[in-house]
Amino acid sequence: MKSYKAKRNLSNVLTYILLVIISIIWLFPFVGLVLQSFRSYATEYGGMVDYLIPKQFSLDNYKFLFDSAQTNYVLWYRNTITIAICVAVLQTLIQLCVSYALSRMRFTGRTFLMRFWLILGMFPGFLTMICLYFLLKQFGLTQAGAIPGLILVTVASCGMGYYVCKGYFDTIPKALDEAARIDGATRARIFFTMILPMSKPIVIYTALVAFMAPWCDYVFASYVAFGHDTSYNVAVGMTRWVWTNDYQGYFTRFCAGGVLVAIPVTLLFMFLQKYYVEGVTGGAVKG
Amino acid sequence: MAQSADSNKKNAIANFFKALGNGFKEIGTTFVEGDFKTKISFLIFGFGPLLRGQILIGAALLALEVLFFWFMAGFGWKYLSKIGTLGTVATKKVGRKTVYGDNSFLILLFGVLALFAVLAFVVIWYINIRENRKEELLLKSGKKLPTNNEVFMSLFDKNFHKTLLALPVTGIFVFTVLPIVFMILVAFTNYDKNHQSPSNLFTWVGLENFKNLVSFSGAGIGSTFTHVLLWTLVWAFLATFTNYFLGLGVAMLINKKGIKFKKLWRTILVMTIAVPQFVSLLYVMKMFANDGLINGYLIKWGLIKTYIPFWTDPVLARITVVVVNIWIGIPYMVLIATGLLMNIPEDLYESARIDGANPWQMFKSITLPYMLFVTGPFLLTQYTGNLNNFNVIYLLTQGKPQSVNLAEKAGNTDLLITWLYKMTVNDTNYRMAAVLGIMVFVVTAVISLVVYNMLPSVKDEEGFQ
Repeated sequence: MKSYKAKRNLSNVLTYILLVIISIIWLFPFVGLVLQSFRSYATEYGGMVDYLIPKQFSLDNYKFLFDSAQTNYVLWYRNTITIAICVAVLQTLIQLCVSYALSRMRFTGRTFLMRFWLILGMFPGFLTMICLYFLLKQFGLTQAGAIPGLILVTVASCGMGYYVCKGYFDTIPKALDEAARIDGATRARIFFTMILPMSKPIVIYTALVAFMAPWCDYVFASYVAFGHDTSYNVAVGMTRWVWTNDYQGYFTRFCAGGVLVAIPVTLLFMFLQKYYVEGVTGGAVKG
Repeated sequence: MAQSADSNKKNAIANFFKALGNGFKEIGTTFVEGDFKTKISFLIFGFGPLLRGQILIGAALLALEVLFFWFMAGFGWKYLSKIGTLGTVATKKVGRKTVYGDNSFLILLFGVLALFAVLAFVVIWYINIRENRKEELLLKSGKKLPTNNEVFMSLFDKNFHKTLLALPVTGIFVFTVLPIVFMILVAFTNYDKNHQSPSNLFTWVGLENFKNLVSFSGAGIGSTFTHVLLWTLVWAFLATFTNYFLGLGVAMLINKKGIKFKKLWRTILVMTIAVPQFVSLLYVMKMFANDGLINGYLIKWGLIKTYIPFWTDPVLARITVVVVNIWIGIPYMVLIATGLLMNIPEDLYESARIDGANPWQMFKSITLPYMLFVTGPFLLTQYTGNLNNFNVIYLLTQGKPQSVNLAEKAGNTDLLITWLYKMTVNDTNYRMAAVLGIMVFVVTAVISLVVYNMLPSVKDEEGFQ
């Protein structure tokens, strides 16, 4: 009995050691990001160095970000938040509508529509980039108008991402709908007053995912806003800092900008983590 | 199983033709048996419904017909008529004046749009006929037609799906279907940097681009294509399974009995999901750079003499990409596996323990089969997702290191999708980009279809319940 206990203790200790190592690996880049963002490009070197902790902590990089004479960072940030909020609201609305129609109603063409969208989803998104760019240009939604253009493109095609949400609706018993219909409620009323209030977790999940995506949108955003600095989002603007040849001076500024981007998004995510996990696991198991 | 699927497919085709035949028959009987209102409706949409008091439906049908002719006359026909050649007169500068000619891009794009309009027109025509037939039959049987108000209100009840889906379906049509059809057609043209309309028109070239893709001699890019394709498949395999098994392992560590702070461990991992990828991946990219932190410390500690070329050595770059992807991907798997692991009945383990099974045996014969069964579809979507995992590859390496053996500027870590992107943005080689896009679709579709039918959870839904 004693040896069994000792063995278990040993294995627990090993597990803890492993978990601590894993945590260090996973946190290291973020710690590095924060620490290097405090290294001044004025007194030390702004590029790549071979030490982690700056010799002197300074807020120079952050000051740089808010200096509108030198960079449009604040503008990029505002652009990204605008996109993220609009996309989150509109995409959630559209996906809820599509999911409700596909989950609760039976109509001709329903399976055809679902199969057709599934097949469409197998085409790589970037394939259509030039065509979309041109379409947007016709409406004047590129370069200076890139922000509404990006919102339009994202929202217009988001209906195909209904899977997780529909999966959730499918789990709400149909008997509820039928009872309400016998009482004379219309489909619209069932949707707004019965299903929606019951779907808080999935609404939050959908909105959260939609809100986070624009922060990483580099590909299409850079294409649509090409060469027009004031309509970049943070990803496009800051990626340039890392990739252009003079990144040496900009690396610590990138770190500072990255910290400012990461903090609100991470906090929001951590706060709503429960819903995210629910959505992700639900979606994964149903497939 | 395969046989029944096959016969299902045959049935589907047979049913489709039967439906088509019935449709034609219905059009015929409607015309023969219909009154004059119906007969005129064949030409003037919504004529019958309007006269029968169905103002809403009739007006909508008529408006659509007018809209179609207005569109075709003022806009669509101009482009549709030239779609065979994609334009013949290039825009030129004569002296100081620009003489405008055709624009192949516009002709193709709006030509496709016009084709769709024609298709929609035919469908609306058919709907219009069915509506007439329905009304006539209703009146004949002595019933009343629904009032306009009822028709309108049905959009929130019986026909609520039409209201809900109208906007999303239109959006998907304009911003997904139309561009995809356009790009598929571009694969059959010579639209590249030497044929930029309007000054240099492009035209149809048939299967030339596809031949170029699979030709191994001369200017063909066959060998580069197979190289990139193979790496794409291998990458997706490695990325999916390393994440899956390591993630499962970490989840089991956290879920282990007697381990405290479970929430804390999970939260630490989840950081990589929460922080936008372009921040974390670009930072990690710089960390592994030749003059980055990792090389810096290793040299300072005297472990190595010169830097390790994490991103510049072809083999090492591939390994590093997979390793960094583990860092990005494990947290998802941990989140998913945690919930599922708790669903496995505890008494299975209990009885295994009584029978003297060791932890490895229990993992092999209880945990793993259960997990594989439940997460089969998830693994498949992960695999196809990794085939197109643009962010990780592009933010880390941009497909580099480049190689002289590869054509069209492909790099050693390039996936089909990043190669496609570079072709579009850097080289404006749209013709080959379009061909590649079609190939990505083919690969994804074939793998999804084949694997999906092999999945145990699809074959045998009742298993494990």
